[in-house]
Amino acid sequence: MSRPGPGMGGPKTVASGGAKNFKKAIGALVSYCRKYAVLIAVALVFAAVSAVFSVIGPDYISQLTETITNGVSPMGINIDMQRITGIAMTLIAIYAVSMLLGYLQSLIMTHVSCNVGKKMRSDITGKINRIPLKYFDSHNYGDTLSRITNDVDTISQSLNMSVGTLVSSAATLVGCVVMMFVTEWRMAFTAIFSSLIGLMAMALIMGRSQRHFVARQNSLAEVNSHVEEYYAGQNIVRAYNSEEKGLEAFRAANERLRRHTFQAEFLSGLMMPIMSFVGNFGYVAVCIVGAALAFNGTIKFFVVVAFMIYIRLFTSPLGQIGQGLSSIQSAAAASERVTEFLEEEELSDENGKTAQLKDVKGDVVFDHISFGYSPDKLIIHDFSAAVKAGQKVAIVGPTGAGKTTIVNLLMRFYELNRGGIFVDGTSLADITRENVHNIFGMVLQDTWLFEGTIRDNLTYGKNVSDQKLMDICNECGLRHFIGTLPSGLDTVLNDTVSISAGQKQLLTIARAMVEDAPILILDEATSSVDTRTELKIQKAMDALTQGRTSFVIAHRLSTIRDADRIIYMQDGDIKETGTHDELMAKKGKYAELYNSQFTVAS
Amino acid sequence: MDGHNVREYRKNELAKKIGYVSQRAVMFSGDIRSNVNFGDNGADDNTIERAIEIAQSSSFVDKEKGGIDGAVAQNGANFSGGQKQRLSIVRAIARGAEIYIFDDTFSALDYKTDKQLRQALKTEMKDATCLIVAQRIGTIMDADLILVLENGRVTGQGTHKELLATCAAYQEIARSQLSEEELQ
Repeated sequence: MSRPGPGMGGPKTVASGGAKNFKKAIGALVSYCRKYAVLIAVALVFAAVSAVFSVIGPDYISQLTETITNGVSPMGINIDMQRITGIAMTLIAIYAVSMLLGYLQSLIMTHVSCNVGKKMRSDITGKINRIPLKYFDSHNYGDTLSRITNDVDTISQSLNMSVGTLVSSAATLVGCVVMMFVTEWRMAFTAIFSSLIGLMAMALIMGRSQRHFVARQNSLAEVNSHVEEYYAGQNIVRAYNSEEKGLEAFRAANERLRRHTFQAEFLSGLMMPIMSFVGNFGYVAVCIVGAALAFNGTIKFFVVVAFMIYIRLFTSPLGQIGQGLSSIQSAAAASERVTEFLEEEELSDENGKTAQLKDVKGDVVFDHISFGYSPDKLIIHDFSAAVKAGQKVAIVGPTGAGKTTIVNLLMRFYELNRGGIFVDGTSLADITRENVHNIFGMVLQDTWLFEGTIRDNLTYGKNVSDQKLMDICNECGLRHFIGTLPSGLDTVLNDTVSISAGQKQLLTIARAMVEDAPILILDEATSSVDTRTELKIQKAMDALTQGRTSFVIAHRLSTIRDADRIIYMQDGDIKETGTHDELMAKKGKYAELYNSQFTVAS
Repeated sequence: MDGHNVREYRKNELAKKIGYVSQRAVMFSGDIRSNVNFGDNGADDNTIERAIEIAQSSSFVDKEKGGIDGAVAQNGANFSGGQKQRLSIVRAIARGAEIYIFDDTFSALDYKTDKQLRQALKTEMKDATCLIVAQRIGTIMDADLILVLENGRVTGQGTHKELLATCAAYQEIARSQLSEEELQ
């Protein structure tokens, strides 16, 4: 059977950055946002305007200072209060508008990012229904799950946080530079150069800490998978005295996690102090140069005051831009994983198929079918068989013979490489998958119940009268079990209701009976039920297969013996076929397999 | 065990005497060798090869890239159920224990492999005690002693033949799995 390759460990989550195809990933993100282009444009304008407003603030403050200094003279104090009030009111208005626009911007971006996230999640979920089952042979479920949750979250978070921040920071930065040069070019150079030193230090630290953040995520995953493995295998760990060995490995991984976390936090912890140092350093530089120039009489005192504010405004967006860029980087990596999944090859479109198969009698013909999960390795070579309506066909053979594969092909979970399967003369390839699934009812080894009432689990929303349901439950030997439940058929199945493996099996048989499909596929459970339940299951199965064509992957000898036809498979081919007695008389492979059950090892 | 209450044994010492195979095969990420030499198992390559031989695993281990150095994914995801079960049997055999416990270990194997494995166990390890928990009558019908458990009580013990004659519960199980002529 199919086997995922090694190294397909736990779900991969995007820790940080490193998209293989940055442009394409961003392109996909942009196409998701296109619907909201107008909103985003408005948000960006708001962000820019809000930033510009906060940048022109200092100019008014310097005017304020100018008015006050002008009013103070050796002759006495004579401040133009009217002008001051005017400027102050303008300032308040500017800051208020800046705040309002900033808030609207973040509101719009939150709206957009939430909707993009929702759209992505529903696209992925929709995609899952259209993707061939083949996909999951080579990808694990955790990985796909992680794309719906972690990756989409990463994307919508960074959309929300970074886009607005990036634009407003850039606007603030540019605005600041312009305003500074307009006000005083010498002071502007002082401010920019003094911040540049800090900027370089920051870039250095960010580059380094990024590495440690990645290392931290990796050792975190290492610790997690070690714990998972050793907890799941506790009985073996104890039986083989591996507690110490396990602890050693855990300690080592734990220590690596501690070290990388410390390094990452140590370096990124330096950011804040360095940023504030840069701010203060620029502050001092501006003050000193400003004081010198003012002393010379080259500039006025109020210019120095304005620059004291500019330097603050100038240094803070630098850090924000850095953070915004790295967050965009991880969004790109996440977006790449999401689009990678969305671009997977889909099942062929079946809208053009008009053939319908109704009132099925149940004749099934396999006509020279061949199939392989991968094109270079055929599992089924040349399989032909004709089954008459109402027959019970047992498929037996050693593991890896292709029994489950035949079931997968019947249900059209996979498409044939060659040949065809016909029901009542119609090829399954000519009708829709939905139609195929209606024709076949399945009872599988892996019983599958969802959290919901017993009724829902049995009917799948089909309208069935209570009387009929209870009749079916009775036939399946479930009456007593349902009678013991607090709300009977309406009892919700969840962790608090304990159901044995046997009862689960009986429930799925009852479900198939409710479904009432003309052809049945039964994969018998190998073990894990006691004899009495086994007999009950047997009886329910017999009732279910009555009058229907059924394919049974048989493990129970009684089932095999009763079958109208036994197909013995080996290496993807039919080796022998016939009834139990015929095959036993032949003394071939089947007889050997059957007898191996009873011969005493000597 | 050997005349002593198992509770008197130190846990580590007790575990050393036992080769245990659980119902659900447990695999750890690493390679086949690290899974066989798990915990205080320290078998050399010859012993491992022989254990693989006994557990009917050569057919797929030989196909693995690197043989016994072939990679094992988390939870043994790159092996089928029957293969994992056989590898966990290899682990127990390589331990060279005095007592082997197979807890419903043969259920994922087809009848033929089941039979070959039991035969190999019987010839290669005749000095060891084997405790087999099973659902299939065929797996245990040649045992020296069969214990029938019901609701935590022993309701029958003896050989297959004896139990068929005396134990109702055993008869019920046997009848559900074997035909009349096979019961003879």
